[in-house]
Amino acid sequence: MSEPETNHDGVNAIKVRDLHRRFDHQQVLDGVSLDIPPDQITTIVGPSGSGKTVFLKHLNLLLRPDSGQIVIDNFDVTKLRGAAVDAVREKFGMLFQAGALFDSMSVFDNVAFPLVEKTRMPRAEIKQRVLETLQAVGLEKMERKYPSELSGGMQKRAALARALVTRPKILMLDEPTTGLDPSRTGAIHELIRRTQKNFELTVVLVSHDVPAVFEVSDRVAFLHHGKTHLNGTVAEVMAANDEIFKHFLEGKAAGAENEENEALAG
Amino acid sequence: MIERLGALVLDGIARLGTFVLFLISALFYAIMPPYKPRLLIRQIRTIGSDSLFLIVLIATFTGMVLGLQGYNALHRFGSDTALGTVVALILVRELGPVLAALMIAARAGSAMAAELGSMQSTEQIDALTVMAINPIQYLVSPRVLAGVISFPLLTSIFDVIGIWGGYLIGVKLLGAPSGPYFNGIGSTLTSHDIMTGLYKALVFGIVVMWVCCYKGYNAERMATGVSRATTQAVVLSSVLILAWDYFLTSILL
Repeated sequence: MSEPETNHDGVNAIKVRDLHRRFDHQQVLDGVSLDIPPDQITTIVGPSGSGKTVFLKHLNLLLRPDSGQIVIDNFDVTKLRGAAVDAVREKFGMLFQAGALFDSMSVFDNVAFPLVEKTRMPRAEIKQRVLETLQAVGLEKMERKYPSELSGGMQKRAALARALVTRPKILMLDEPTTGLDPSRTGAIHELIRRTQKNFELTVVLVSHDVPAVFEVSDRVAFLHHGKTHLNGTVAEVMAANDEIFKHFLEGKAAGAENEENEALAG
Repeated sequence: MIERLGALVLDGIARLGTFVLFLISALFYAIMPPYKPRLLIRQIRTIGSDSLFLIVLIATFTGMVLGLQGYNALHRFGSDTALGTVVALILVRELGPVLAALMIAARAGSAMAAELGSMQSTEQIDALTVMAINPIQYLVSPRVLAGVISFPLLTSIFDVIGIWGGYLIGVKLLGAPSGPYFNGIGSTLTSHDIMTGLYKALVFGIVVMWVCCYKGYNAERMATGVSRATTQAVVLSSVLILAWDYFLTSILL
């Protein structure tokens, strides 16, 4: 269960070993180990406070672990400093929970931003690349709008376009469906799947949207109390018959039902 | 008890350390490539030219009230002729830099803290970091540099407009002699006086931008985080302006 299958050439895009991180009095990550194979969608789920987002922030080097290793392309990135960190980051695209689009810029400028700032690509080529990427996420003809003029789902799409425009190898998504209604959630999941295929990406997806997110996932890692409690393909994890995981899924379902009943009663 | 006191002191020192390091890294990255003149010019526009109307307005009234008070006080000693000198000295050495800095802190500084605070709370600053763009260099350095450039310029404008305001009331309305007003300024005001005012403006420019950027950049990620950062930015910059004013005056006098 804990060892990943080897139908992906035995090479992992990201290898995490025994990651620990403490904030003040709380041990948020307490020995997370996880292999993330290339060209697949690995979804990280877990109850609130299980360290999902903190874990993702370690993968993209926004946070440093107290101990443990993160190996990306055979490099332990936890020891890197300065320009070397930036070099690793250029392999990533990251979609933040709130989108994190720059509200002072149009959609076009937002998506073009990483290319304008970090590359010497000529203007015409940038324009072509941006429009191409916007088309890939289903935002044709929206490039002149400002983020505040877009719906929540469109903002996510624009932010996804910005994450993809540099053509990264690894895409990290932090709760991409937060605040979206079920039909939009489905559309975003479908988009994630399509994007992964088209751009041949390794996707790390943090989500609370169980079980809907399993449809789009190849592998699932279940974090509990700062540890990788379960880890495997969707089928393996579902078949594991694990009590804690079941509680987590049921708790989610029960919680949703309660909210629905309350809404009906209200 | 002692343990808690010690923890408090250590915490205070650590905060002061990050506060100082923030300015040092902003200044360091200001001189490191890549240079982005576009960002600097945009900030000079926000801090400088967009504050111009306010500065002119405040300077006019400050000059007018100095003309009024100055004339009334000097008239008692029969020294109406010294009015220009008094108004100019007060403005150039003291009120110009201080009032201009307070007004820019209230106007541009608060907006800056709020802007950076909301960028922090919506993860836009994290987004810059992940895109391998140094957020201090991209967001903070241009603002501090723009402060260094804009504050002395706005202060000079404040001084000139203020002197005209004093002229308007003291000479045109109350009848102090017109010739000595400007002659007095020309013969008494030394370049040392003017430089003192400009040095102050320069320091205030750094202090205001430093405090406002720091508070916004480190805003807490919650609903009240941005508003708290904005309030703290304006209050702390105002206090620091007046405190530094005393120290600078005692050094430069």
